[in-house]
Amino acid sequence: MEAASVHGGERSILERSPLARLPDRALKYGLTALAALILALIVFFFVRLVGEARPAFAKEGVVGFVFGNDWNVSAEHFGALPLLVGTLITSVLALLIGVPVAVATAVYATELCPLRLRAPLTILVELLAAVPSVVYGLWGIFFLAPKLQPAEQWVADRLSFIPFIGGGLVTIPNYFVTGLVLAIMILPIVSAISREVMTTVPGDHKEAALGLGATRWEMIRIAVLPYCRSGVVGGAMLGLGRAIGETIAVTILIGDAPKLGGHLFAQGYSLAAVIANEFGEAQGLHRSALFAAGLVLFVLTLLVNGVARLLVLRAARPGGGGKGVTAAGRPLAEVAEGA
Amino acid sequence: MSSQGPTPAAQLARFNVSPARRRKDRIARGLILAATVLALIPLALIVYYLLRKGLSSWSVNFFTTDPTGNTFFGSSNIGGIKSAILGTIEIVALASAIAVPIGIGVAVWLVEYGRSSWFANTVRFFVDVLTGVPSILFGLFIYIVLIVGTGSSYAGYKGSLALSLLMLPVVIRSAEVVLLLIPGALRESALALGAPRWRVILSIVVPTALPGMVTGVLLAVARAAGETAPLLFTAASTHETNFNLGQFMNSLPVQIYNDVTSPTTAVVNRAWGAALTLVVMILLLNLIARLIARRSRLA
Repeated sequence: MEAASVHGGERSILERSPLARLPDRALKYGLTALAALILALIVFFFVRLVGEARPAFAKEGVVGFVFGNDWNVSAEHFGALPLLVGTLITSVLALLIGVPVAVATAVYATELCPLRLRAPLTILVELLAAVPSVVYGLWGIFFLAPKLQPAEQWVADRLSFIPFIGGGLVTIPNYFVTGLVLAIMILPIVSAISREVMTTVPGDHKEAALGLGATRWEMIRIAVLPYCRSGVVGGAMLGLGRAIGETIAVTILIGDAPKLGGHLFAQGYSLAAVIANEFGEAQGLHRSALFAAGLVLFVLTLLVNGVARLLVLRAARPGGGGKGVTAAGRPLAEVAEGA
Repeated sequence: MSSQGPTPAAQLARFNVSPARRRKDRIARGLILAATVLALIPLALIVYYLLRKGLSSWSVNFFTTDPTGNTFFGSSNIGGIKSAILGTIEIVALASAIAVPIGIGVAVWLVEYGRSSWFANTVRFFVDVLTGVPSILFGLFIYIVLIVGTGSSYAGYKGSLALSLLMLPVVIRSAEVVLLLIPGALRESALALGAPRWRVILSIVVPTALPGMVTGVLLAVARAAGETAPLLFTAASTHETNFNLGQFMNSLPVQIYNDVTSPTTAVVNRAWGAALTLVVMILLLNLIARLIARRSRLA
C-alpha cells in the first residue's frame, strides 16, 4: 500500500515501465498457456476418442458392446466381454501374486535387512522397472511359458474339479502366464510405494511395540502394517492401473482368442492386446470397435488410478493414514517411555 | 528420557517370549526373506537369458546391416538391426526435444506462478491422469489426430509425438520436485536486487535446478526408449535406415515385437540380440541418471 502511494509522475517510481514488464507478462502467460495446453489435449483426446468409437457403440449398443461375448471380425460383430474379462483376470492375478511379494520386499528392505544391503536391494528391485515391456514378452513366451506348461498341466489335472481352473488343455499362451509376468512387471512400483510409506512410520510406534515386549514380527504386524495400510493399498491400485494398461507383453503372452477362455490356462485376449494386434489392418466398423475398446480401457484406467491417487494422497498427508494409529500409538509410546 | 529404563525391560521381554511366539516370529521373518529372494529370481533369469541368447547373436554385421525382410523359413540372410537402433535414437531424440522444454515450462509455471491455485491443482491432477494412461492410447491419440485427421500415413515424427506425450508427466513431476527444493531466499535476494520476475526464473531458478532436472529427464527418456505400443500405428515400420523423420521408421522395440512372432529361429535370435541392445541402452541411461542424481543433491 505504501509503495502505491509513492508517485513519480504517472506511475509509482517503484514500478517498471510497461515495456520492461513485457517479458514478465510474456513468460507468465506463455507458461500458463502451456499448462492449459495439457488440459486441452486430454479433453480433446477424450472427445475425439468418443467420436471415433461412436459407430461401434451405435451398432452394438453400449451394453451390447461391453458385455457381448464374441469378438468376431469377419462377421462384423463386436462384443468386448472376452477382452474386458481377459484384462481384469490377468490384472487381478498380477495383484494376487505381485502385491504380497512386493510388500514383503518392502518390509524386508525397511525393517529386517542389514543396513548395508538396503541400497543394493532397492536398486535391484528397481532394475525390474527398467526392463522394457517387449523384453518381458520375449522372455515370457520363449522361456517362462514353455517351462511352466508341464507344471500348469499338472495343476490343471489335479484341480479338474474346480470350475474355471482345472480340467482343460493348457496352452502356452494363457491367462495365468500373462498374470504371472504382469506380477513381475508391477512389483517395482508397488514395492517402491510401500517402502516409501513404511519409512514414514514413526520410530516411536515401533519402539513402543518392541518396548512392550513384541517380537520383530509382532512389531511389524502391530505398528508398521496398520499404519501403512492405505498407502500400500494405493500402491497396489497404481500397480493395477499399470497391469490393466500393459500392452505388448500381454499381446505376446495371452494369445488372441475371440471368445472368453474356458479356464485359467486357456488362451484369452485383452483390451490393449486387441488394439495392438488388429489396429494395423482394421477398417471401418472394425476400427471404430477398436477405438471403442480403447475408450473402455481409458475409462477403466482412469477409475483405478483415481482411486489409487486418493489412497496414496491420504496416506501421505501427515497424520492422515495413521490417524487412528497415532491416537492409539501415543499412549503406547508414553507407556514405553515410562517403563 | 529413557536411558536407564529400557535395558532391563527389553531383556525381561526377550526372556519372557514364549516358544510359540518366537517360532511365529522366526517363520514370519523367514517368509518375508523368502518372498524377497523370490522377487529377485525373475531379474536374475531375465538377465541370464538376455546375455546367453543375446550375446550369441551380436556381431559386427548385426550392428551394421539393416534387416532384409527375408524372414521366411530357412532364409540365411536376415540382416541386422542398424535401422532399428538409429530409428530409436532419432525418434527418442525428437520426442525429448519436444517433451523436455514443455515439461520444464509447465513445472516452472506450477512452482512459480500456479502454486496451489485451483487451476494449478487441476493441471497437477491432469498430469497425474496422463501418468496413468496406457501407452498404447497415446499411439491411438496421435493416430486420430495426425493420421485420420490429415489423411497421411505413418511417420517417425508422429511416433516422437506419441512418445513425448508419454514423457511429459514424468518430466513435469520430477522437475516440479526439484524446483520446489530451490530455497525461497535465492529468489528473494534476486528480486531484492531489482531483477524482474522473468530474469529471476530464467537466470537464477532454472539454472540452479537444471542438474537435478537432468535426472528426471533421463529417466523419462529411458522409459520412452523401451516403449513399443505407441510406435506401432504412428511410426512403424520399415527395414531401411532412414534419416528423414517424415518417413516410416524402424525402432528397436517394434523390431523385437515383429521378430518375436516369427517361426524362423534366426529371426527370433535377432530379437534376443536386439533386446539385449535395448536393455543395455536403457540401463546406461538409468545409470547416468543415478550418477547425476547422486552428485547434484540439492538442499
